[in-house]
Amino acid sequence: MPFALETAPHPETLKRVAIEPVSRVEGHGKVTLLLDDNNHVQQVRLHITEFRGFEKFIEGRPYWEVPVMVQRLCGICPVSHHLAASKAMDMIVGATLTPTAEKIRRLMHYGQMLQSHALHFFHLSSPDLLFGFDSPVAQRNIVGVIAAHPEIAKKGVFLRKYGQEIIRMTAGKRVHGTGSLPGGVNKSLTAEERATLQKDIYQMIAWSRDAVQLIKGLFAQNLDYYNSFGRFSAHSMGLVRADGAMDLYHGGLRARRADGSTLFDHFDYSRYWDVIAEDVKSWSYMKFPYLCPIGSSDTGWYRVGPLTRVTQCDFIPTPLADKERDEFMAFDNGSATGATLGYHWARMIEMLHAAEVIKDLLHDDDICGKDLMATGQRQERGVGVIEAPRGTLIHHYRVDENDQIVRANLIVSTTHNNQAMNEAIRVVAKQYLDGRELTEGLLNHIEVAIRCFDPCLSCATHALGKMPLEIELIDADGMTLDLLTRDAHGHCQRL
Amino acid sequence: MTAPILVFGWGNPSRGDDALGPLFIERIAALGLPDIECQTDFQLQVEDALELQGRRRILFVDASLTAAAPFSVSPLAPSRDASFSTHAITPAAVMQVYVDLHGAAPPPCHLLAIRGEHFELGMDLSPAAASHLEAALDWARNWLTAPACGW
Repeated sequence: MPFALETAPHPETLKRVAIEPVSRVEGHGKVTLLLDDNNHVQQVRLHITEFRGFEKFIEGRPYWEVPVMVQRLCGICPVSHHLAASKAMDMIVGATLTPTAEKIRRLMHYGQMLQSHALHFFHLSSPDLLFGFDSPVAQRNIVGVIAAHPEIAKKGVFLRKYGQEIIRMTAGKRVHGTGSLPGGVNKSLTAEERATLQKDIYQMIAWSRDAVQLIKGLFAQNLDYYNSFGRFSAHSMGLVRADGAMDLYHGGLRARRADGSTLFDHFDYSRYWDVIAEDVKSWSYMKFPYLCPIGSSDTGWYRVGPLTRVTQCDFIPTPLADKERDEFMAFDNGSATGATLGYHWARMIEMLHAAEVIKDLLHDDDICGKDLMATGQRQERGVGVIEAPRGTLIHHYRVDENDQIVRANLIVSTTHNNQAMNEAIRVVAKQYLDGRELTEGLLNHIEVAIRCFDPCLSCATHALGKMPLEIELIDADGMTLDLLTRDAHGHCQRL
Repeated sequence: MTAPILVFGWGNPSRGDDALGPLFIERIAALGLPDIECQTDFQLQVEDALELQGRRRILFVDASLTAAAPFSVSPLAPSRDASFSTHAITPAAVMQVYVDLHGAAPPPCHLLAIRGEHFELGMDLSPAAASHLEAALDWARNWLTAPACGW
């Protein structure tokens, strides 16, 4: 049994609780808890119940279609897939990007980072953070935030709108953009578009600073709680620039052991398989990656994303975010850097950094340049890696002589964090649920831990009439003991 | 200038009948009707509340697992529901965000729910959904060109 609470010795004798699907995360997941007769937690697992098979879906397609096609993986972070696939295809066509192409892609990427982080913090997590994890479910949502804290909520709406506008202007349209191509981009900014974005960027920076102060204040007010909630120790991995600076678009891989020592640094991601391998487990469709130099998935699992990026880089190359990083690293002798809820703080520092990078790019004349495409010597294999809002995103393709995709492998950010999320919910289950009668508020603690990672469990799909939440207690004989449902409008009912 | 009528359809075009919303928008946009703006996305989002401003009326369009075939149309009211995830905000909740942001009632909104059957990745539109789409388009041509007083 490699992990405490992963597999109970005699599951057939235990009560089962399922949280399905986990709400306010992307895609569809399920958490099951096995409890003994005294409600002591014996097993906790985060399952991914939807199998996408996207890699098979794109086999046989011409390589130039891929940057557009892969956006349909997800309705929330299509730009991340668009750019990671484009970077891989840059290798396929042997291109080194022109300055304008690289800066337009960076603008698109940091616009995506801004809107995604704003969406996550203001619309998904702030209800928990502002009202409390046990607060009434009818209040614990963005509409509740708008009603109780209208100024905070408005900033969230307009930050996200601004990021979406950047995406629309750089990708050609807001959804299914076509801006990035193998070897470059198909448009730069017009003078009018540039002026439009320049007009509001200083307001976005100010609001991003406010968001950092908000989460910093919440940490300071609830220091012990925020530091201990779901806390665990883990190895970490992410991209850094050649000089050690944070760079969310390009860099080498840096991994650190849980004790802070460096495992590898500036590793060329085009051979990522030399340092990252993937394991499978029978109870989840999501793979379990691990760092090969450490060993197996039992010992080599790691975490990625904002917390890792902010703590792993040597500095942030924009002044306001770098100052906030210094405060974050020093806060309470560095305790927030290992806190699961520290993801929120780090995420807001990144949002501020994104706003600052956008400002700098908008004052760079290259973004209105006309030299958009580059070519080179055709290759068979391409690997593209970026730091997506949720963490490191790897796209890997092989293309045959007919320009068709013959093999694809995607390791998405949430997959890197698979074991870390499982670890977080096991800690939370032990901390808050063990030995207690379960309530919706208590079960929300599990969801709060998952949401810290901002997981994107599968591509966006939905239809009116689906059931957002069902919690079921089943005894050893399969009899339903208790059933709590939340309907499509958020109304809870105990049956 | 803001078009008086907004038609907003959503769904994932790669997931079978989930494409009904975007396909509906594609077909309506191709008609080139005056005074109408068409928008589409994977899903509704909070900032879409900003798109309601200055409209005379709005038609939201989505695939539905529960609507009576071929489609249903219903007026919407702002609702402070708890539907929020980043892929499942309801149009009623978008209207509520408008109320909270602007302190005023949004323009009249209706939901066109087109019945779908299959939502798997990589599937084409099912024959039943294709038929429902045509019926919905027939209805919408009249609604979109009719006076604003009703449907």
